[in-house]
Amino acid sequence: MAVTASEVAVLDATETPAASKRKFRFLRGRKTVVGLGILLFFVLMAIIGPWIAPYDPSAMSQDLLQPPSGSHWFGTTQTGQDVLSQILVGTRGVLLVGFVAGILATALSVLIGVTAGFLGGLADEALSLLSNVFLVIPGLPLIIIIASFVTDAGDLLIAFVIALTSWAWGARVLRAQTLSLRRRDYVEAARATGEPTWRIILFEVMPNLTAVIASGFVGTVIFAILSEITLAFIGVADISNWNWGTVLFWAQSSQALAQGAWWWFVPAGLCIALLGMSLALINFGIDEFVNPRLRTETGGSRKVKMRVGFTPVARTGTARHKETRS
Amino acid sequence: MSEPVLTISGLNVDYGTGADAVYALRDIDLTLHRGEVLGLAGESGSGKSTLAYAVTRLLSPPGVITGGQVHYHQRDGRALDLLALSAAELRAFRWQELSIVFQGAMNSLNPVYTVHNQLTDVLQAHRPEMKKADRTARARELLSLVGISPDRLGAYPHQLSGGMRQRVMIAMALALEPEIVIMDEPTTALDVVMQRQILRQLVRLREELGFSVVFITHDISLLIEFSDRIAIMYGGRIVEQAGASEIYRDPRHPYSAGLLHSFPALHGPRRELSGIPGSPPHLSSMPSGCAFHPRCAKKVEGCDTHVPVLAAPDADGSRSVACWLHHEAPAPAARA
Amino acid sequence: MKFLLQRLAFYLVTAWAAITINFLIPRLMPGDPVQALIARFQGQLDTNAIDSLKALFGLDKKQSLWQQYTDYWAHLFHGDLGLSFTFFPTPVSEVIAQSLPWTLALVGITTLISFLLGTGIGVFTGWRRGSWMDSLLPVTTFISSIPYFWLGLIAISLFAVKWPLFPADGGYDNSLVPAFDWPFISSALYHGVLPGFTIVLSAVAGWILGMRNMMVTVSSEDYVMVAQAKGLSERRVMFGYAARNAILPNISGFALSLGFIVGGTLLVEMVFSYPGIGYQLFQGVGAKDYPLMQGIFLIITLSVLAANLLADILYMLLDPRTRREA
Repeated sequence: MAVTASEVAVLDATETPAASKRKFRFLRGRKTVVGLGILLFFVLMAIIGPWIAPYDPSAMSQDLLQPPSGSHWFGTTQTGQDVLSQILVGTRGVLLVGFVAGILATALSVLIGVTAGFLGGLADEALSLLSNVFLVIPGLPLIIIIASFVTDAGDLLIAFVIALTSWAWGARVLRAQTLSLRRRDYVEAARATGEPTWRIILFEVMPNLTAVIASGFVGTVIFAILSEITLAFIGVADISNWNWGTVLFWAQSSQALAQGAWWWFVPAGLCIALLGMSLALINFGIDEFVNPRLRTETGGSRKVKMRVGFTPVARTGTARHKETRS
Repeated sequence: MSEPVLTISGLNVDYGTGADAVYALRDIDLTLHRGEVLGLAGESGSGKSTLAYAVTRLLSPPGVITGGQVHYHQRDGRALDLLALSAAELRAFRWQELSIVFQGAMNSLNPVYTVHNQLTDVLQAHRPEMKKADRTARARELLSLVGISPDRLGAYPHQLSGGMRQRVMIAMALALEPEIVIMDEPTTALDVVMQRQILRQLVRLREELGFSVVFITHDISLLIEFSDRIAIMYGGRIVEQAGASEIYRDPRHPYSAGLLHSFPALHGPRRELSGIPGSPPHLSSMPSGCAFHPRCAKKVEGCDTHVPVLAAPDADGSRSVACWLHHEAPAPAARA
Repeated sequence: MKFLLQRLAFYLVTAWAAITINFLIPRLMPGDPVQALIARFQGQLDTNAIDSLKALFGLDKKQSLWQQYTDYWAHLFHGDLGLSFTFFPTPVSEVIAQSLPWTLALVGITTLISFLLGTGIGVFTGWRRGSWMDSLLPVTTFISSIPYFWLGLIAISLFAVKWPLFPADGGYDNSLVPAFDWPFISSALYHGVLPGFTIVLSAVAGWILGMRNMMVTVSSEDYVMVAQAKGLSERRVMFGYAARNAILPNISGFALSLGFIVGGTLLVEMVFSYPGIGYQLFQGVGAKDYPLMQGIFLIITLSVLAANLLADILYMLLDPRTRREA
């Protein structure tokens, strides 16, 4: 690796004009584009869902437990409620809790992680211990207990509880990153010239943590959405508040499975999986942007098969046929 | 001069494929003779390590060999085309005929295996008939060869100092008594005293065992001291090659002269130190013509448009240089 | 040994933190839900039980917080977690003792299977980049985004309702008496197939991705290049050099995953009415059985800590750098 490492290092150091181009390469990745596309779709749903929902999600009707049809695309529940409307109206709560919890948890993790990494010493020891403790204590049971002590837990409160239990991983990663940044020359230089600590953190350290913070944020949003839906599903959260978990709660408690009413629980689950996948894809995009080795799609032609330890030989006209792949 | 053991001709290497590809090596012609120490010098990014790894096909992705030949000449006179070997043949060839002492000994040893394990697994792979006790005995012998107490056989890499790890790597490289040892900046991470100590030991071992060495370093004063012949690389090409003392006394390429004057010589008369202005070119934006022309104080008309060929200057057949100062300048009519 | 002692100290601190959080939750929350429960069961509770509930839930307002805290610990040390209201008047510790083995077996076996399977697949996908196995990655991403419980619902509707191959709920055939005999064990295994399959399918994706990325990263380490240069067999390079090192961070990342896996398992138990502590937690949540919920949280945390300690011991055996000689 020695060769390429040093040469790539030279590459990075001198490639100033291409730097902005590389920023957009992140957006050009197929995974990221697909992920952002799906996410955008759900954000749109969250905004306009309640308006385009064909029915009042709580309104009962005579169409009991109907399979999907022209008038009820996703079918109806046991009490004749429209499943599609429930999903549409519920999108907003899901995204709201996910993003609020994500923002809160990320803020906490930046605060604790960067502080620990930058200050070092006793403060670091204490803060690291705190995040490690929170990391090991299983989050979901804790969230369930806290949420169940609060009667009629609203969306924001749930988001707050989730944030409180999910900041630790981000803090740990950020601490490690900050620690390595702190020893870089330019940070040392800024310290030596007596720049105030907050300025160094804000202008020298933070810009280099953007990718890590972003990936931590996306990861927390995934966790928050899953936790929230879980809480609704087991009936801890306020079940009069529509979200995808509530739909599943009613489906489960009304024995939808035994009645063969697959349309009652399939759409909500697929929505969760799609949303989760879109966020995961965005995170892969960020990871691969930070660590190009992880890329699955190598740029350019895929004719030459790269293999660690056996450099391909593509002598024009001769051995090429050996290396081609269909 | 003795017979050749490794001949490289017209070797081309790219990083990346298709539109993203950049040239890493261009038209490399080089011969390593039996028993000699061939030095490869150049700034970082000049392609000297790329050359060493390309020859053994160890270059990591996205490196691709796009042309040329690399032949290994066996003792019985048969030549082996290294670029045409299958994976299995390559595995058998590696270390048996050609071994490498890698740059950065810190990471060259597997952190989870003992020295013993890493010295014997290579024996096990290439000499499956060897008994376990014999392998251990050989490992002990190798350690004492490089001046490490055989008691350290059970040590893990993290328990050894940097110098010891580098010696272990050298011991490992000699395990199968190969014909060629490539040393890629073998001593860069070590202090100066340790550097020379290890290199002296190596020269002694070479005299005992008779292998050839490709010695890669950016420290040209070390090269002049320890090698027989030196090839100087710039921008993925060899720009000059000659005997070590010839390079030292009379560098023909302005870049060789520049390199020579940027390191203090440990022996001989004092010289004035001066660097080379500018920085080495980037692979993706290689200057046209002679890649060195933007930094060259002696550039003439045509240097920026025509790539000079590596050829013997003034009818002196023992050395070659790629510089328009020493060849007939390109006719203006031929300019593109 | 120092490494292990450090970890042990850390787990003690974490256990203390978890217990203290457990102590604080009911005291920080508005209202006295447990008081209401006691009132409901007034005539049936003996004074002993009331005392222990008061100590555990801080109903005795006359006492100082510190006094409450020491009382709390005293009860814990006697294994007294209060009475369960769902299974009145069974003590919480007894409910847990009955259900914990089920969960341990389910989590233990499925985690082992998914770890081995996922790590194995990850080794191959990471080693042979660009092979057909890379096309598995989007699929695993999608599966890992599906909540465990929803996958459980789908598994039930397909393999228990549509094609009744496996039972939809329970841990064993109700006509059997739990004992260590073949009819019972085979029935337990049979009932465990669907929940186990659900957990493995959900969890394996994470291990594949983690191991693949570590393999890719480790493959470009110098020592892997040295191993290739030495002409070692592909098997030796791949397993002895690359995978052997790539697995280390995966084992130390076990802590994070375990909390997540346990959370998922609890939900799978709920969906399958599997007689483990997840199902009990679900029932506790439904009945607002706070003593049971809190007892379960404590036990889950302590079990996770114990599992982490096991992972640490494994790590110590695999990484010589943590074994410092005396």
